[in-house]
Amino acid sequence: MQTIWFILVAVMLAGYVLLDGFDLGAGAIHLIAARLDGERRAVLASIGPVWDGNEVWLLAAGGTLYFAFPPLYAAGFSGFYLALMIVLWLLMLRGMSIELRGHVDSPLWRSFWDGTFSVSSILLAVFYGAALGNVVRGVPLNKDGYFFLPLWTNLQPGPNPGIIDWYTVLTGVAALLVLTVHGALWVMLRTNGEPEMRSRRIAMTLYPAVWGIVIAITAASFAVQPRLWQSFSARPWECAFPFLAVAGLAGIRVALSRRAQLAAFLCSCLFIAGLLLSAAFGLYPTLLPAVTGSGMSLTIGNSSAPAYGLGVGFLWWIPAFLLAAGYTAFIYRHFRGKISSGTH
Amino acid sequence: MDSALAIHRLHFAFTVTFHYIFPQLTMGLALLIVILKTIAIRNNNPHYDQCARFWSKIFAVNFAFGVVTGIPMEFQFGTNWAGFAKSAGGVIGQTLAMEGMYSFFLESTFLGLFLFGEKRLGPRLHWLTAVAVWLGSWLSGYFIIATDAWMQHPVGYTLGPKGEIILKSLSELLLNPWILWQYSHNMTASVVTASFVMAALGAFYLLAKRHEAFGRTFVRTGVIAGLISTLILGFPTGDQQSVMVAKNQPATLAAMEGLFRTEQNGSPLAIAGQPDVEAGKLDNPVEMPYALSFLTTRNWHGKVQGLDQFPKDLWPDNIGLLYFSYHIMVGLGTLLTGLMLWAALELWRGSVWKRTPLLWALMLSFPLPYLATTFGWMTAEIGRQPWLIYGLMRTSSGVSPLVSAGNGLFTLLGFMGMYALLAVLFLFLIWREVEEGPARAELEKPALAHY
Ligand code: HDD
Ligand code: HEM
Ligand code: HEM
Repeated sequence: MQTIWFILVAVMLAGYVLLDGFDLGAGAIHLIAARLDGERRAVLASIGPVWDGNEVWLLAAGGTLYFAFPPLYAAGFSGFYLALMIVLWLLMLRGMSIELRGHVDSPLWRSFWDGTFSVSSILLAVFYGAALGNVVRGVPLNKDGYFFLPLWTNLQPGPNPGIIDWYTVLTGVAALLVLTVHGALWVMLRTNGEPEMRSRRIAMTLYPAVWGIVIAITAASFAVQPRLWQSFSARPWECAFPFLAVAGLAGIRVALSRRAQLAAFLCSCLFIAGLLLSAAFGLYPTLLPAVTGSGMSLTIGNSSAPAYGLGVGFLWWIPAFLLAAGYTAFIYRHFRGKISSGTH
Repeated sequence: MDSALAIHRLHFAFTVTFHYIFPQLTMGLALLIVILKTIAIRNNNPHYDQCARFWSKIFAVNFAFGVVTGIPMEFQFGTNWAGFAKSAGGVIGQTLAMEGMYSFFLESTFLGLFLFGEKRLGPRLHWLTAVAVWLGSWLSGYFIIATDAWMQHPVGYTLGPKGEIILKSLSELLLNPWILWQYSHNMTASVVTASFVMAALGAFYLLAKRHEAFGRTFVRTGVIAGLISTLILGFPTGDQQSVMVAKNQPATLAAMEGLFRTEQNGSPLAIAGQPDVEAGKLDNPVEMPYALSFLTTRNWHGKVQGLDQFPKDLWPDNIGLLYFSYHIMVGLGTLLTGLMLWAALELWRGSVWKRTPLLWALMLSFPLPYLATTFGWMTAEIGRQPWLIYGLMRTSSGVSPLVSAGNGLFTLLGFMGMYALLAVLFLFLIWREVEEGPARAELEKPALAHY
């Protein structure tokens, strides 16, 4: 049962990254891919009706984590306190930028929100990547199952790490690259004219860099976290996830050269899902590894809620999830199609 | 008080108080918008559609601010209250996750359709999306109140061998008897807020002689809804809340009422007076004899426990603020009910449009429900002290053990700065909508024009 909840939380988080990931990527390329006011509006309109719903995936993933693995939620959220608070401020800034830009008809007002939209999206992508890096690397859990990380210490992933070290910087940059391509593929799919062409060019330009950084983080992860070796050698079927990721990444290129825009975006989804699931199952059954000795790690065994709660949770969670997936599918169908940047 | 604890409490109190400024309007307004749209459809009257469209714009701005300030609330259970999350997460995580899974998805989906789909959906389907938005927001309110109610009055749990709190029955958690009155009182209060805001804007348009046809509709709708909701607010919901507190949290009630001594023959109700906690008495009290006994026990000579019945470490730790919060809420409640009775009387006699002093009073009173609501929550939350989960877990054991006061202060100041900025933006945006007025609320802007 713990394993099922582990998978469900992983699925919710992956859903969040896939969905909000393209919002962030669109933000990252916003200033470059769209230059004229009409083009910028088209980019915003491509995520406008869905970004709030996408963000709910984060809340719902957090809620699910909260009731299924309370000690993990407590440890992780208080330990990454500073990083999470910064993420919150960035999420606010991003949301405000999208919603407020159109309210005042002044170039100054608009440029300001374009800037904050782009900067907050870029920083969020970097922070999410760094967060994942922190989880893979491990944290200094104490015997009560808590830790607290300052923003940085000596920038080394050793026994006394900070949120930022060379490894998490690498994962942060990797997330930015991956999500930028993801967002560019989305913008390409949803717009026409100049923004479509520019985002295609951005995706093509960054594509080789994604390969480079994926190889780099794979090597670095195995160096920083030996548990990954153990996990993949103990359960070889888990190698399916990295294969999915590689297939997705290769697929992006094929689809791009055939100008199959939807396929390119879906390949990117596959790629990201593969990456995330590789990381999650690479650690499983550990949820949060300790750098202070593996006895201190939080695992699905020592941090799940008691059986009754987990069992009764299925009763309402599964229907809710189906409803949520249904709403998501519905809203994407309702707002599908190209948005033209029009006459503005 | 240990200073990290103090900072974490202030952190939560500040952010939740700011957050709740927005949902209290959206939840009430969602109902009023449904009413406006229902009238429009039933009487085939486009004027009401226009009113609904205008209020939807106000709703949308509030909703956006509710969303951005709501996300930090969810996070803080883990970031600042890790001890609490760890021991109680298996219980209240259920209701919080339900809120996300059931109501936030529902709201965010239908809000998009409601705001952007009027033309495409046609009147009936559009009415349905308005109903869905209303139900979604009231469902959110239900889950969050269920969470708070469990902290006030824990049910449906057992204690494990190491003192862990283990969920025993989900249905008991969801049907906690505390929820009934807390939810109905709180939701009624949000309708009060929305009614006062609507009436105030109507009065403003009438006094400023702009958009007068709309002004009249707003005043009429606001006053009728305001009268009904203020009446329900005091009786039965407010009254039953105090009965519930008296029964389950007697020390809290004593502190709220400033009742230091237990009287054998019926306790008086203090209308005014300042508590002197050191000396254990009220200064210059104005009291109604026996009234407190009657209100809480329905017997003029019923025994109400005073604070002298409880050891000092079970007293709420901020009796002064608790006492004043409660008295301000009830005082404002009386004032607001009186104002609505007056306005409804004039409305009924058809003379409300000529009563300039009444219109001024309506226009100026819209902040009062916000204040009453905030003080009501302060009553509930300070009154729960020193317990985080009443009778089960002390507030001091709920904080994150490793997040220092300095780090908490850093982010508290960060939130204060951020929220100061948000407040300025919010007022600016609302003011623009008010200036633009209801007449120009178009049926639907092209998608691009929104951004
Ligand atoms: C417009 C706002 C408003 C107004 C005028 C009133 N209330 Fe209220 N009250 C609230 C808004 C509110 C609230 C914000 O909604 C609270 C906070 C917690 C809750 O569930 O509702 C609340 C809580 C609350 C509590 C619970 C305190 C606790 O849990 O410790 C009691 C006993 C009352 N109210 C009683 C009253 C009475 C007798 C009123 C007289 C008319 C009254 N309220 C007016
Ligand atoms: C609009 C609604 C609310 C307001 C205005 C409010 C207000 C407050 C205030 C003023 C405090 C500080 C008390 C003190 O320091 O003495 C507080 C604390 C707290 N409240 Fe609320 N509250 C609200 C709703 C909720 C809800 C719905 C929950 C639970 C889901 C909740 C959970 C808490 C927690 C965990 C604390 C910190 C611990 C404590 O000091 O008791 N609050 N709140
Ligand atoms: C009485 C207290 C509260 C009530 C009735 C309430 C109600 C609501 C409502 C109706 C919304 C929808 C947005 C809107 O209408 O503006 C909302 C947003 C939100 N609230 Fe609160 N809230 C309260 C306090 C809290 C607390 C204590 C938390 C922390 C768990 C919280 C978490 C959230 C979140 C995360 C959102 C954003 C939802 C979204 O993205 O749609 N709220 N709240």
